[in-house]
Amino acid sequence: MKNKYDVIVIGGGPAGSVAAKFASENGASVLLLERDREAGIPVRCAEGVSLKGIAPFIEIDKRWIAAQIDVATLFAPNGESAKMHNNGTGLVLERRIFDTALCEEAVKFGVEFVTKADAIDLTWKNGKISGVKINYLNEILEIECDVVIGADGVESRVGRWAGIKTNVALKDIDTCIQYTLSGIDIEENACEFYFGRDVSPGGYVWVFPKNKNTANVGIGLAGHFSHAKGPKKFLDEFIQKRFPNGQKIYTVCGGVTTADTLPEIVHDNIMLVGDAARQVNPITGGGIVQGMIAGSIAGKVAAEAVQKKKFNKKFLKKYRKEWDKKIGNNQKVMYKIKEKVLEMGDEKFNSLVKICQNIPADKFTVKALFSEAVKDDPRLVLEIAKTFVKSKLKLK
Amino acid sequence: MKIIKNLCDICGTCVAVCPADAIIVSEFEVVINNQKCTNCSNCLKVCPIKAIKEGE
Repeated sequence: MKNKYDVIVIGGGPAGSVAAKFASENGASVLLLERDREAGIPVRCAEGVSLKGIAPFIEIDKRWIAAQIDVATLFAPNGESAKMHNNGTGLVLERRIFDTALCEEAVKFGVEFVTKADAIDLTWKNGKISGVKINYLNEILEIECDVVIGADGVESRVGRWAGIKTNVALKDIDTCIQYTLSGIDIEENACEFYFGRDVSPGGYVWVFPKNKNTANVGIGLAGHFSHAKGPKKFLDEFIQKRFPNGQKIYTVCGGVTTADTLPEIVHDNIMLVGDAARQVNPITGGGIVQGMIAGSIAGKVAAEAVQKKKFNKKFLKKYRKEWDKKIGNNQKVMYKIKEKVLEMGDEKFNSLVKICQNIPADKFTVKALFSEAVKDDPRLVLEIAKTFVKSKLKLK
Repeated sequence: MKIIKNLCDICGTCVAVCPADAIIVSEFEVVINNQKCTNCSNCLKVCPIKAIKEGE
């Protein structure tokens, strides 16, 4: 480790490693810090991702693919189900291997990568961020840099150190618990989603297969619904019914934000990416691809900042602009729809799944869902469409 | 607020909902700074495994 770099990235998850790679590839000297003993652990993730989403960032490698998904089955509160086909375009990852592979990719492009390096504060000079203070193997070090990229996940503190407000409302975070269940018998290429107030209020239960005997089975509850019972009880009840013989070979807790992107993700000398910036799809809770896209933009902008010696908020806002254009504006719309979904009662979910049943599985698109839904439950569609139009208008 | 250390999974969900910047996560533990804590109980409500209780 040197005592100065152009860019320091805090956090070795997909957003951080991609940001580091893009900054280095575009000419900056980059240090990537990971708090834990390796990137990707502990795995706090259902590990589902779309092939199309990750393909631009890394060569597909069987080492980190557990299963390929062809079918998603949605289960309504009344037990009815509908199948959606996606022709093998969904993947269940081995995050432990995947995250390390992304770090190896960053290293290939010249990034210096250090594990067991816990960022504990920023350093300041003349009122400006001048670097990062780390605890590395019980030694406190101060390393200088011009740009800090905070990729430190849902528990992000980097933004707070810079004076950015990063906390979210209870209704905008899902509180989650997941078991990797083994000794079960499932279809290797099919994932399942369960909805309903009795199953998972304000969220859903997921079953993502890792092979035909093992799956990630988890639950997310909207934070403001979780207090009385908590996600563990809901999930245990579900498992008792669906997988009574399942053995819990891995247990993990976590939080997934279902918010809009933070109002501020950029300050002088600093950018936030990934979960730290709340760049998560508020409907699905997916954040891997969003984080990688944000990382790629932020990494490029950081390198450009280094080249032009412009580190102020005004210049770094290029990242925000491009993020909004690529994903952020869409996330805003998704967030408005999520707010509607939170209000939906079980009968609406029943009716949605019924609508899905009427669409031939291989012709399932959002457009098909909408045109079918108009016939079946015009009011539901109208409500979602209204939200959609309203938020689109607001964007302009 | 108080962390029940043997139960805490160090997931950091509590940090995301803390309006007072009172919670710190390291590789090995979560620490609540009761000097900063405003007792809003967001952390207690959101904890997936109920590893936070009231008190110091």
